[in-house]
Amino acid sequence: MRHDYWDRYSRIDSPVHRRPAALKAAAALGLILVTVVPPHPPVFLLASVAVLLLILIAASRIPPVFFLERLLFFEPFILTVAALALFQPAGFPKFVTLVVKSTLSLITVILLANATPFHEVLRVLRGIHVPSVFVTLLALMYRYIFVLADETQRMRRARQSRTFGRRRERTWILLSRIVGQLFLRSTERAERIYAAMSARGWK
Amino acid sequence: MHIPDGFLDAKTLVAASALSVVGLGRALWVLRTRMSSRKVPLMGLAAAFLFVAQMINFPVVGGTSGHLLGAVLAAVLLGPSEAILVMSVVLIAQAFLFADGGVLALGANVFNMGIAAVLGGYFFYRLVAAAVRTDYGKLVGAAFGAWASTVLASICCTGELAWSGTVAWSVGFPAMTGIHMLIGVGEAMITALVLTAVYRARPYLMSAKDGGAAEPGARPFAGVLIYGGLITLGLVLFVLPFASKWPDGLEKVAAAVGFDAKAVSAPLVSSPLAEYRVPGIGSLSAATALAGIGGAVLVFTVSFVLAKALHRKSGAEGRGPGSGT
Repeated sequence: MRHDYWDRYSRIDSPVHRRPAALKAAAALGLILVTVVPPHPPVFLLASVAVLLLILIAASRIPPVFFLERLLFFEPFILTVAALALFQPAGFPKFVTLVVKSTLSLITVILLANATPFHEVLRVLRGIHVPSVFVTLLALMYRYIFVLADETQRMRRARQSRTFGRRRERTWILLSRIVGQLFLRSTERAERIYAAMSARGWK
Repeated sequence: MHIPDGFLDAKTLVAASALSVVGLGRALWVLRTRMSSRKVPLMGLAAAFLFVAQMINFPVVGGTSGHLLGAVLAAVLLGPSEAILVMSVVLIAQAFLFADGGVLALGANVFNMGIAAVLGGYFFYRLVAAAVRTDYGKLVGAAFGAWASTVLASICCTGELAWSGTVAWSVGFPAMTGIHMLIGVGEAMITALVLTAVYRARPYLMSAKDGGAAEPGARPFAGVLIYGGLITLGLVLFVLPFASKWPDGLEKVAAAVGFDAKAVSAPLVSSPLAEYRVPGIGSLSAATALAGIGGAVLVFTVSFVLAKALHRKSGAEGRGPGSGT
């Protein structure tokens, strides 16, 4: 798996991508605040946020299909929770407001995530004095998600190529063993990483 | 259970974020006093592990599948403070990389899944492990703790939604918690199975003191006080205002449902509601409590049987397959 599979559009070039990460993060946060915090946001506010987002998406050169895919992935959950709001007095307007609010916030975050490489987000976090251990953990995690996802893929492939006529009720046990094994391999890898980091003068 | 942005109002966001910052601060402080630099890569990798483990789909019935939350798994394998940190790191990355869970709602999500789930689940794990006092006591405790963690997180989540005025407590509580009492069974099974796999490959991990709870520098009493206080405060803020007025709320909802029955798609919510009530008992709060306790007892029994079966099996087979390359 390519290491940037999940945020694969964060490294393309566009006017949006060239802005400094701190600015983008602040702008995204501002947009979400404006969208989320007013209990009864006026329609023109939500509409202008939507138009602004559309302009930014067009400027970012990220394929709109990608946004649609991501939205379709999360929208069922949003709709389910928002549907619970129907069971209230004046439930329907509330339902619509909730869906619009969270969809707009969702688009904002998808845009931020795919217009900003993660290491720049980390630099912003360091800049606003998030404890450095915490930022190091985030950096390490981001670096190794892809390695461990590959490792999981290899273990599953190995298992599938060896197990014939796999019974369905064994699936959970097999998957759990893969998860358990992944944990052990992660801790062993952590030891090696620590040795390698120390050898290069870390801490 | 990742709450997206837009579902919580300002006061809930601020309150949940404040609780999360205090909990995270405490976890960081505990670890700073006893974390050797060796532990930093370990926890980074543990976070990556949880991230990837959460993406592995366990098939349920039909086309549906579930996945691990891992709060109790992390707490058992790494220790509670470590688990809080690792879960929070995972949640932050999910919010910023995938837009899974809102950015403003991060405080609430960290409180529900990173703090309440870890500490609540870990509490039950230690309780059961101390009471059963055998090797499989740990498995029973972990399984039951995993179930409790899922349910507790969903209760906090519902409380936050209700406090924000997004969802009425009397609708959200039975629906969300009812579903998560079922999801929690999956979480319990996966947690027990994964722990069995880990302990089979590395038997010494089972007898090891988990999480270094007894290490010097740790002050268990202060930890219990601060963490316990946080959970209590969270429950008082998010849950207590609603728990005390269930029947009243239900009446309101009944009126609302009756009022705009056309706008409501009935099957969405009515089935967990129906399942969740013990018939023949007048007061809904009593019925809900009874159903909840009944569920807990049932899950505990199942955990016990499961752990015993797993433990016996791993004992008979001896060492499992090696770690490979």
